Amino acid sequence: MKTEKPYPPKFATRFFRWYCHPKLRDSIEGDLMELYEERVKEFGKRKADGKFIKDVLLLFRPGIIRPTEGYRHLNTYGMYKSYFKIGWRNLVKNKGYSLINIGGLALGMAVAMVIGLWVFDELSFNKYHQNYSRIAQVMKGGWVDGKHLMGQTSLPYPLIDELKNNYGANFKHIVPASWKSDGVLSIDDKKISKVGMFIGEDAPEMLTFKMIYGTRQGLKDMNSILISESTAEALFGDADPVNQLVKINSEKEATVTGVYEDFPKNAEFYGVQFFRPWEFLINDGTWIKEQGWDNHFLEIYAEIQPHATFESVTANIIDAEVKVIKDLAYMKDELKYNYEILLLPMSDWHLHSDFKEGVLQSGPLQLVWFIGSIGVFVLLLACINFMNLSTARSEKRAKEVGIRKAIGSIRWQLIGQFLSESFLVVALAFIIATTLVVMVLPMFNQLSGKEMNMPWSQPWFWVSSFIFLFITGLLAGSYPALYLSSFKPVSVLKGVFRAGRFASIPRRILVVVQFTVSVMLIICTGVIYNQLVFIKNRPVGYQRDGLLMIPKKSAAFSTKADALEAELKNSGAVTEIAESGGMVTSVWSGNGGFSQNGKDLNQNRGFGTLGVSHDFGKTVGWQFIEGRDFSKEIASDSSGLVINEAAAKFMGLKNPTGQVIHWKNGPWQVDKDFVILGVIKDMVMESPFEPVEPIVYFTMGWKGWLMLRVTPGMPMQEALPKIEKVFNNVIPDIPFDYKFANTEYAAKFSTEDRIGKLAAVFAILAIVISCLGLFGLASFVAEQRTKEIGVRKVLGASVANLWQMLSKEFVILVILSCVIAVPLSYYILYNGIKQYEYKTDISWWIFASAAFGALVITLATVSYQSIKAALANPVNSLRTE
Amino acid sequence: MKKYQLGEFEEIVMLTVGILYDEAYGVSIKKEIESRLKRGVSVGALQTALKRLEDKGYLKSREGEATEERAGRPKKYFTITAYGKKAMEYTKSTRDELWSAIPKVALKVEFS
Repeated sequence: MKTEKPYPPKFATRFFRWYCHPKLRDSIEGDLMELYEERVKEFGKRKADGKFIKDVLLLFRPGIIRPTEGYRHLNTYGMYKSYFKIGWRNLVKNKGYSLINIGGLALGMAVAMVIGLWVFDELSFNKYHQNYSRIAQVMKGGWVDGKHLMGQTSLPYPLIDELKNNYGANFKHIVPASWKSDGVLSIDDKKISKVGMFIGEDAPEMLTFKMIYGTRQGLKDMNSILISESTAEALFGDADPVNQLVKINSEKEATVTGVYEDFPKNAEFYGVQFFRPWEFLINDGTWIKEQGWDNHFLEIYAEIQPHATFESVTANIIDAEVKVIKDLAYMKDELKYNYEILLLPMSDWHLHSDFKEGVLQSGPLQLVWFIGSIGVFVLLLACINFMNLSTARSEKRAKEVGIRKAIGSIRWQLIGQFLSESFLVVALAFIIATTLVVMVLPMFNQLSGKEMNMPWSQPWFWVSSFIFLFITGLLAGSYPALYLSSFKPVSVLKGVFRAGRFASIPRRILVVVQFTVSVMLIICTGVIYNQLVFIKNRPVGYQRDGLLMIPKKSAAFSTKADALEAELKNSGAVTEIAESGGMVTSVWSGNGGFSQNGKDLNQNRGFGTLGVSHDFGKTVGWQFIEGRDFSKEIASDSSGLVINEAAAKFMGLKNPTGQVIHWKNGPWQVDKDFVILGVIKDMVMESPFEPVEPIVYFTMGWKGWLMLRVTPGMPMQEALPKIEKVFNNVIPDIPFDYKFANTEYAAKFSTEDRIGKLAAVFAILAIVISCLGLFGLASFVAEQRTKEIGVRKVLGASVANLWQMLSKEFVILVILSCVIAVPLSYYILYNGIKQYEYKTDISWWIFASAAFGALVITLATVSYQSIKAALANPVNSLRTE
Repeated sequence: MKKYQLGEFEEIVMLTVGILYDEAYGVSIKKEIESRLKRGVSVGALQTALKRLEDKGYLKSREGEATEERAGRPKKYFTITAYGKKAMEYTKSTRDELWSAIPKVALKVEFS
């Protein structure tokens, strides 16, 4: 006999193995082989082969053929399914904990999301413009006493031509612009007051206006005007307004050549409702063309060439001014400042453009960091809750871990299980958080003065959401996953598992971290509020209630001034009326050139200057320390000055009243002696957070504003219609427009007010989240010690005793976190508040009350659980199990 | 009543499994049927029937020893479950009922 065993044809075997159901394969193949061998003995190999093939073909039938998807599990999908199933069951089984867990996490996530949107909005300022990365504003810098100063964006008139003609190759576009100012647009009898500006004809192309009607070439013609969509709607309704005529300030007419989409709130040009050609401005007032390098009144925006960088262009243009003015006689005094022409890239406009006396301030950026870190902290608090509750409950799941390990789970599988559970919770929390954000966003927009939407259609939103989910899930799930999976199955299953004395230490540390952060947030909010209240109560040096400010929008205000004054006083609503070069809530002009007996009084910084009429003082109610006000009877008062306290101090004058000062200044066209008539108490005209600037008041100059003192005691809603009636009678073609001094003043706090409110909201949320976690933890501890409490009660412990026993641990933790939080927040606040010149002390009572408040809240949270546990009937608790 | 579904060939297989008792596996069942009923049985038909019966719960299987003539493949032994026994009894009793319901006359077929 042959030693070699006969084998059926290979292809048949292979075919059979391929189609056969894996469960049946081995046994059937065995049968086939057994038959084959018998047949070989009986009929010979060839016949046996034939029969084998026939059998294989006949076996090819449903029931034997394996399912098409493949019976074997090629992935571990089933296991993940089981992970989530178990996770879900755990959630449903412990509804209370799940609620605290998911709710807290959702709250934290919602806060983080809102803050994320806010930060994104801050960072994406001006991205509306497509040439964002190449646009810059031209600014001027210089050297004073060895210090490099910059940030001056008002530029001398000849600079635009100089840059255009001699440095044009650097720029794709370069446009001059005026400041934003109010203007009245009217057609027929419809008139509206809107903010607009004059700008170079290339601006629409450079700033990529989104045109709705007309083209971006709309500013080429001198008498044209581009209006925003909302303005067009207000004036023309839905009709196409191109080629319609609009009257501006009821004087000149302009043709509408285009309508652009309104700029979004996070754009520098937000709120500019119309643009008019720069050409018009300089042809209208021929005086402009005569201005030299010593008068700064325009702004310049530029787009650099595509291949250029801001650095290279800056290097080219840096000496543009110096090269010209070194040959000009009237500028020789200023050569020492070594002026530089610089570029401020658009990406810096929002957060890197806060120059204070030439030095870049980090305030806006710090604010973004501050709010952003609050978001991170709140999210951290929520994650800590999750970690704490999971680890606290670990003892309950220790047996499960033991069994899983005994069955054969390896550690990373358990880690996977707990992580997938945490991802489940995080995903649920995310869904709730998103819903929450959608609901809260309108309110938040109002609070933060923004215009944010959920960016559903943006891929980056989803990408960052998933990254966010992943990180939160990992962060929140990592500790329980690593901790629970490290249990030893033998000791756990034997039932001798004890968490041990040190198991709760990480949990305690986390609680301390949580409360440290919460208490710090509360303290910071308290101090910010305190500072705000302090500054709001700062004496301003004039009567801001009942003071109305009206811009003189056309020449009629001056020509009909007497009639206006007479009628206003007749109406009984106004007691005083005066004119002023600007609002009382801002200083618009600053000048140098003051000297006394040849001694320079400016010290390189100049004084705020304001031209006012004789009645200004009476109208606004300024208060004299010494001397007297301007008087209409004394003609020589036209060369008189009223200065404020700060100016007197700055000039270093002992008895300023009556002293003579020489003032020589180009733009004001003066070169003569002035007498100081009086000194007033400082009026807070600019930032209430800063010390008052030295200011000089005089009676010269163009006065663009009317100041009205409403009759004291008369309610505003009664006085306003009367005043409006007078204006509509005397100057019918200009809509009555006014500003309240007190609302203008309040607007100076808007940023700080917002931060205060935001910080308060977030601090409250932080403490809510922390308490939620503490509540869960307390209830867990109470539950865990049910038996102990029962035994103690049987042995005679009182409810008070038990309450003390259960609450003590948490109270100690909270006291500890207060001890950490107080010095830490003091340090932060001390540095933060230092930047304000006018500041309150950081009072100890804020710290004390924050700590006390935290303690009370903790006690209240914990007591609910501990008293509940202490009141329970020991019979029930001892019977458990 | 479709309580117990058992086809003709399935019934034969069940009965054979019963006959072979502890020795019922693919080849032995096939041989037993072939020798007793004098009819050919293909491996395919038999295996399909066995699988169907197992799926219905009438049979249960266990893996047996692997022998050399089977190229190291294990045998799959089948035994009748209690449920399977019930099904067989049910089938038998319905047959009997039907048999007994036939009037005697009808069976007296005259062979002419």
